[in-house]
Amino acid sequence: MKALRVAIALAAVAVWYQPSLAASDPPPGAASCSGCHPAGATASPISRLYGRDAADIVKAMAGFRDGSLPATVMNRIAKGFTDDESRAIAVWLAAQN
Amino acid sequence: MAIRHRISRREFCRVGAGAAATAAFPLPAFAQSAARVVVIGGGFGGVSCARALKQIDPKLQVTLVEPNKTFIACPFSNNVIAGLRSIEEQQFDYDKIAAGGVTVVAQAATAIDAAARTVGLADGTSLGYDRLVLSPGVDLRFDALQGYDEAAAAKMPHAWKAGEQTLLLRKQLEAMDDGGLVVIAAPANPFRCPPGPYERACLIAYYLKTKKPRSKLIILDAKDTFSKQRLFQNAWKELYPGMVEWVSLSQGGKVNAVDPATNTLITDFGNHTAKVANVIPPQRAGRIATIAGATDRTGWCAIDPVTFESKSAPNIHVIGDACIAGGMPKSAFSANAQAKTCARAIATLLSGGSPAAPKLINTCYSLAAPDYGISIAGVYQPKNGLLADVEGAGGVSPLEAPRDVRAREADYAQSWFATITAEVFG
Repeated sequence: MKALRVAIALAAVAVWYQPSLAASDPPPGAASCSGCHPAGATASPISRLYGRDAADIVKAMAGFRDGSLPATVMNRIAKGFTDDESRAIAVWLAAQN
Repeated sequence: MAIRHRISRREFCRVGAGAAATAAFPLPAFAQSAARVVVIGGGFGGVSCARALKQIDPKLQVTLVEPNKTFIACPFSNNVIAGLRSIEEQQFDYDKIAAGGVTVVAQAATAIDAAARTVGLADGTSLGYDRLVLSPGVDLRFDALQGYDEAAAAKMPHAWKAGEQTLLLRKQLEAMDDGGLVVIAAPANPFRCPPGPYERACLIAYYLKTKKPRSKLIILDAKDTFSKQRLFQNAWKELYPGMVEWVSLSQGGKVNAVDPATNTLITDFGNHTAKVANVIPPQRAGRIATIAGATDRTGWCAIDPVTFESKSAPNIHVIGDACIAGGMPKSAFSANAQAKTCARAIATLLSGGSPAAPKLINTCYSLAAPDYGISIAGVYQPKNGLLADVEGAGGVSPLEAPRDVRAREADYAQSWFATITAEVFG
């Protein structure tokens, strides 16, 4: 009985332990962006995306995807994401600081 | 969480019983203390993963195991070989990683007991873990090409791990007389940095054209096709006419053996005696992955494409060059992207959840000259147990492009290196 109670207690700790992942979970693809796009202010020719207006990011991704916005590599990457996925990424990026 | 302090032990157990009924199983093997994650390997993958774990959940006990005090980055090390960059610009330390709450253990991992969940260290101590991440990079196979062992590498450098070997190749090129023959032996797939041998050919040719214009460079290849092939071949023609020759597998390019005494590379079709011989041998996952039971008969590590958990060693995740990531190439960018995805999956698993299917990106730049950049990119998602290319996405730079586009990609390459090294080590 004692063993069972210990097991139950352990399970409870495991559940309580759950960090607040949901709020900060990046949507699929979003974690890769910072490989090129700097997180802080730099002199980089590649733009910083954290804290940017989500609508601007969505618009840029759509432009890269349909070719209306010239690009070197983002045209190839944007085609890997749907409108919905791009929107989710944009909202997450906008919320980062 | 504050509620935990306000309930009695009896209530704790009662609440616990209710919670246990709804908890997802299997539960992680930790109790009163925070979960422990050990990460082996202090390169782009390992460091990114250790830091991401700590950022996602500061309560996690994260330990990074890496014997070297200084990391020497491979991307841009071809510039060092060509005399365009100093090796110091490739060097990074682990001070910021330790300052961020990751315990950095400067030891080599020598043993892994997957059942007991412990990592044995070179000093005889051991570390327990709930989840283990292996990011050991590659080991060069000194048993693959007859005559090419570690001693031979001191004469015919591989320069496929940045550091002394990089500087040795550079020194040999500097010591070579004008009119000399440089030979690069490129391995069959898979290997670290698929465009690397061809970028190296470009940048060595750049050095030769500038300093020793009567010299020649031959690439002996164990493949018939390679990454960014048309772009590289166009660049050789455009930038280094008559200087670079590529010998494919079917033309007899596969090197079977070497003779370091005479700097000779031996193929089925004949011998090539070089003034400078750069032998890039076949590779496999770093040895600790085999010790862990995570490698398959190919020498690489099969993984679950959602969690990066080994298909043969439970609770052990493998990221970076060592893992079989389907369409994703073995690059620093891939390792970094995989590390962040893996960290997120581990945090979710430790809290009893099930990780969602990820999407990952890779972008690899190569320089055909200091102001001539080309790239390959891809987007990947789990499919049939592997990370597969998202159809319609990715690909290489346009074959026809004005020089200002190449110059911009060269700028982006520099910027990428600054950004990723700042994210990982800064």
